[in-house]
Amino acid sequence: MPAISLAKAPQPAATNPAQIRNFCIIAHIDHGKSTLADRMLGITEVVDARNMRAQYLDRMDIERERGITIKSQAVRLPWRSGIDGQEYILNMIDTPGHVDFTYEVSRSLAACEGAVLLVDCAQGIEAQTLANLYLAMENNLTIIPVLNKIDLPNAQPDKFAAELARLIGCQPEDCLRVSGKTGDGVAELLDQIVAQIPAPVGDANAPARALIFDSVYDSYRGVVTYIRVIDGRINPREQIQMFSTGVRHEALEVGVISPEPVPSKGLGVGEVGYLITGVKDVRQSRVGDTVTNYQNPTKAPLAGYKDPKPMVFSGLFPLDGADFPLLRDALDKLQLNDAALVYEPESSAALGFGFRCGFLGLLHMEIVRERLERESGISLISTAPNVVYRVTLEDGKEFVVTNPSEFPDGKINSVKEPIVKCTILAPSEYIGTIMELCQERRGTMQGMDYISEDRVEIRYTLPLAEIVFDFFDQLKSRTKGYASLDYEELGDEEGNLVKVDILLQGEAVDAFSAIVHRDKAYSYGVMMTGKLRELIPRQQFEVPIQAAIGSRIIARESIRAIRKDVLAKCYGGDISRKRKLLEKQKEGKKRMKMVGRVEVPQEAFVAALATDADIEKIKAARKQD
Amino acid sequence: MLSFYVHIPYCIKRCGYCDFNTYTPNELQDGASLEIVSNDYIDAVLLELDAAPLDEVPTIFFGGGTPSLLPAKDLGRVIAAIKARNGITADCEITLEANPDSVTEEKLQGYLEAGFNRISFGMQSAQPHVLAVLDRTHNPANVKRAVDMARAAGFKSISVDLIYGTPGESLEDCRATVTEALSLDIDHISAYALIVETGTKLAAQIKRGDLTMPIDDLMADMYLLVDQMCNQAGLNWYELSNWAKPGHECQHNIAYWKSANWWGLGPGAHSHVDKKRFWNVKHPTAYKQKLFAKESPVAESENLTDEQLRDEAIMLAIRMRTGLALSSLSKQGQDNLQAYVATGHVEILDSQIQLTAQGRLIADRLVREALG
Repeated sequence: MPAISLAKAPQPAATNPAQIRNFCIIAHIDHGKSTLADRMLGITEVVDARNMRAQYLDRMDIERERGITIKSQAVRLPWRSGIDGQEYILNMIDTPGHVDFTYEVSRSLAACEGAVLLVDCAQGIEAQTLANLYLAMENNLTIIPVLNKIDLPNAQPDKFAAELARLIGCQPEDCLRVSGKTGDGVAELLDQIVAQIPAPVGDANAPARALIFDSVYDSYRGVVTYIRVIDGRINPREQIQMFSTGVRHEALEVGVISPEPVPSKGLGVGEVGYLITGVKDVRQSRVGDTVTNYQNPTKAPLAGYKDPKPMVFSGLFPLDGADFPLLRDALDKLQLNDAALVYEPESSAALGFGFRCGFLGLLHMEIVRERLERESGISLISTAPNVVYRVTLEDGKEFVVTNPSEFPDGKINSVKEPIVKCTILAPSEYIGTIMELCQERRGTMQGMDYISEDRVEIRYTLPLAEIVFDFFDQLKSRTKGYASLDYEELGDEEGNLVKVDILLQGEAVDAFSAIVHRDKAYSYGVMMTGKLRELIPRQQFEVPIQAAIGSRIIARESIRAIRKDVLAKCYGGDISRKRKLLEKQKEGKKRMKMVGRVEVPQEAFVAALATDADIEKIKAARKQD
Repeated sequence: MLSFYVHIPYCIKRCGYCDFNTYTPNELQDGASLEIVSNDYIDAVLLELDAAPLDEVPTIFFGGGTPSLLPAKDLGRVIAAIKARNGITADCEITLEANPDSVTEEKLQGYLEAGFNRISFGMQSAQPHVLAVLDRTHNPANVKRAVDMARAAGFKSISVDLIYGTPGESLEDCRATVTEALSLDIDHISAYALIVETGTKLAAQIKRGDLTMPIDDLMADMYLLVDQMCNQAGLNWYELSNWAKPGHECQHNIAYWKSANWWGLGPGAHSHVDKKRFWNVKHPTAYKQKLFAKESPVAESENLTDEQLRDEAIMLAIRMRTGLALSSLSKQGQDNLQAYVATGHVEILDSQIQLTAQGRLIADRLVREALG
């Protein structure tokens, strides 16, 4: 029986580094990482069968529902090797699986000596997994290739073993074959983790250095910081210091997760666990930062720390203006747990008061919005996502533009936009479709390789702005869901970009201004003016709707003046009815937004910005009213 | 002063567009004739009359339903009772709504003798295909015959009701109808845009896609055409949907629009006395049962707040040619309406606000603006 009881297992702060193995699992959403983790918890008996539940480690509902692990965690698993019969401690560090969280992934990888590359052998490797694999290889991690879901009837383990072997330079027969569902091969995998992954190496006598690879806000405990000790020891009740901020805290509690938190006497070299200091805000405990001892600090922090950098900005507005304070509270609360989220109040003539928010990427934006709506019950509308532009005027003045309303007037010398390197993995039959899409989105092809006989890796550089719009949805729908995408920043490039304003009766409506490529300005203008013409009710005068670049009109529509708004009859019995209707309309008028003299129901603005998914949500909310 | 409205809730057949409180004899009692279902109706109305104030009466209006279905002697009992208990003014206007098909020389003579001096015929349209969509049974030629008979009998004021904007009606159809109406020996026209009321046969036909309502712009053009033709023929607009030769304006309706006091007799009839509005139970059977059991037939009532009274006064007055005193509006309301002068919807003459024909077409919007 390879499992060891917890009480008899090597204890935290008293474990020889030679007995420790730190690993993570690199996998795509749906490739079975959480199920495999569940199986490992079961087979090592840290969770007994009675307490087991599916996807044990994914704490938040939203993660479980979307099959995405946003916050990584580290679990201490005792294991007796079936090969040498010795006791070991395996620390499994869970990694986020999405493109927006590359930095967090890189910090998780930095806490490990090895990685399990887990691939669904009915689907093959996906672009983000490949990107994370490369990241792990750059970090010199030992890679253990594993094919999962071998129990599936459509499994093709031989085909994908060859694919993995080619990617990491091993033999196809080196790929382990497991089923997270049935548990087949999981014990062998744990044995191979022990056998192949090197033990951590560190100096127990040097000043303490520990890497923060995650931090999570807990409403009872405050921030829980996940750390990997490199050198020295982290002990409870000692003063610790965060290297980047210089902030000093007391380590109120130190412990390991197994898989519930268990306080310990400390954490030694190579160990992975948690630290609680009582701080209330994850920004004080930043991923990638180095924790050291305040009395005996290290002089050299661990390499690789970066401040989170928002890449995509969008305005978030409550549908009901009265919910603004609620939205502010909800954002404040969310930020406690999300160091990458930035926001500041914004006011829009069309949408009222809201917040300009910065996100790591599209998924991050979606998750934040969904969590805000779910946790605070507020219905939100968001403006089109915007990347960070650097605008230089002819007089040399420079502007950083994260919102079209900040786009400067005056003679523009250049506009720079962020460019990303984009990797797409797909069956080879979709090469033409994908190239067409990338071409439409101003992409430049960088190369293409076959990763197996019928699957290709296509590389493009693309402006990030083109990706944040609906690139991913388009890619998925045009390839029947088979293509996967990963992208990474590549710096800024000058683009022929202009700001298109949408004017109602000569007045610009802020929420609809957009920064677009000059070639696409016209189609954006035609689309938006057409949409608004349908949505804005007729007024007592004709209302021109124009799209303009500066003072030049590029598209025009008009809402013809209303001709008739009267009930012809008004006799005895009609009077009460009509007055009641009027009273209702007076209330409705209060919810109208005025753009100059044009009266626009807020619904019209919302509908013009909404995606199809938004419209469904709004309808559902209305039904409840 | 207290005007009276008398509701006659019976029709031989229900028209497809109509949602008025009216019933065919068959709907009230299987296989029953009108005589059977209406026989004690006037008794009930006279019982209700006992509760009304005793102010002198300037107008009485019999509407429906189809009042001309009931014999003159029945309607005459109501007029006589009002005369006896309240007294009527010397020039009291007493109107009968009539179906052109259901009048004869003899009946008309009877109505005159009972005290009626004004008659309003439901003409609706001169075009057979339009009448067919409206589900009207009368022969257009009967309208002229009925008007001529009424004039010969001695009615002092004769009106026709028109409906425009029926599915399938063109602007030329509308022109033909107004031309025909103006060729008659009449003093007054009411013309209403067709409203599709929920629950009617017409609403179902539109929902199914069998009929299509004309677009608002065509309705607006029709209204402007009616207005122009009537004014040219010497029938001047005096309320949004009403045109009359001088001296023939309907005093009863003006009482509504000036927020005067009136009492509505009959099921579903509304009353307005001082600051109170109230209305009777809707169904004729329930109405009769209440009254014969010596109970009040009032279903609901509301006491109007000063704000509601003001809103109603503005809402009604703005529809009339006499218009609205600028000073009756808030500063905001005044400013709002000023903006419509430039657009040609509103004229302000001697601090009095009047709507132009274009303005009348958006009167409901202007009311909202006037209320600030």
